[in-house]
Amino acid sequence: MSLSQPHPRPFRVCAVSDQLEDTWTVELAPADGKRVVAAPGQFNMLYAFGAGEAPISVSRIHADVLAHTIRAVGRVTRGLRQLVVGDTVGLRGPFGVGWPVETMSGGDVVVVAGGLGIAPLRPVLDTVARERSRFGRVQLFYGTRDRASLLFQDDLKTWTQQNIEVNVIVDRGSPDWRGPVGFVTQPLEAATINRSATALICGPEVMMRFAAGTLLRKGLNPEHLHLSIERNMECGTGQCGHCQLGPYLVCRDGPVFGYDAVSDCLAIREL
Amino acid sequence: MKTQRMDQLIGAHPFFEHLSQAVSEIVSGCGENQVFEPGEYLAREGQAADHFFLLRSGRVSLEVSVPGKGALIVETIETGDVLGWSWLVERYRWVFDARAVEPVRAIALDGRCLREKLGHNPALANELYSRFVRVLADRLTGARMRLMDMYSAPDDTSSDVP
Repeated sequence: MSLSQPHPRPFRVCAVSDQLEDTWTVELAPADGKRVVAAPGQFNMLYAFGAGEAPISVSRIHADVLAHTIRAVGRVTRGLRQLVVGDTVGLRGPFGVGWPVETMSGGDVVVVAGGLGIAPLRPVLDTVARERSRFGRVQLFYGTRDRASLLFQDDLKTWTQQNIEVNVIVDRGSPDWRGPVGFVTQPLEAATINRSATALICGPEVMMRFAAGTLLRKGLNPEHLHLSIERNMECGTGQCGHCQLGPYLVCRDGPVFGYDAVSDCLAIREL
Repeated sequence: MKTQRMDQLIGAHPFFEHLSQAVSEIVSGCGENQVFEPGEYLAREGQAADHFFLLRSGRVSLEVSVPGKGALIVETIETGDVLGWSWLVERYRWVFDARAVEPVRAIALDGRCLREKLGHNPALANELYSRFVRVLADRLTGARMRLMDMYSAPDDTSSDVP
């Protein structure tokens, strides 16, 4: 645990909104009134009192309010599921290296999201939508399980209105879905991609490997390719070593890495 | 409005990108433009697979009929894609239904016509087989990825890593 952040700060729950049956967004503001500065792609350790801590990506940054989109998968996240507006939660962070938003400026951007992986990318897309003239062509490829598991549907409409090319594809078709059915690499394969674009990928690691492979085959410069890696983050400050990935500690050196830095590690099963 | 010749239309389709002139002429001789309205079938499971289609615009769903569940969509084929390889596989029968989701403009290529020519035209055979193998490989990879159901919640609920 960081010496500079030995204890969680109290944050007040401002809003809770259900996204899916097992996934919801909680908005948090510092209860102590002190400013909080987060960058797209960073994460926080959220502390559910009596249950423990879990690393959760920031899914929206609005002044001093940080949104976190959470799926209930374990003891801590199920504890966080009980939060209601007005409750207090412990928060340490923001931690880690985020998306390279500043270096993206002036160029084309390709965003590839899989499932809940769209959550850490939402602050980037918010930034692009808000400051649209700073960026060239922006393409979002979002793959998810089915129509019922589509996240941030209002945002997808907003981003489309801001001239972001939104391509959604689902793994499983259903009678209420008239869009593409297939894996996310398929629209990516068919798309025209600027080789000098900056590409950001977040989702299940297998999906990221294949999406990266597709982009590289299409000629994207690997130096412009960035992935958000997930490991078992515990301290958040590079002290405990639980999230080691080869020479890196994901909580400190990531979670966003340049593809070149981690591509060898991703090919090793034991890591 | 200027009308494009069939060889120009075929040459402009991603599936036949960089096709040699000689092969393009053969393929073009077996092609015709077709239009399908939403809901209209391009192919039906079990029927003779005498054609394949180059989609110029629109979306086609590949469906399989399941008793009690109706038509399940297994995949969609989009603008710029090729639809159908059953014309190359002996028995030559469609494996899935193919139905237009949106208005579809397509080039239908006569599989029987091309099959006859493949046997004595190695250049044509090489062009077609190598292009279809790439499509097959991509679709197989996509299908395998989807089999993993990787976006669903993990079975192991001991960890909070989603």
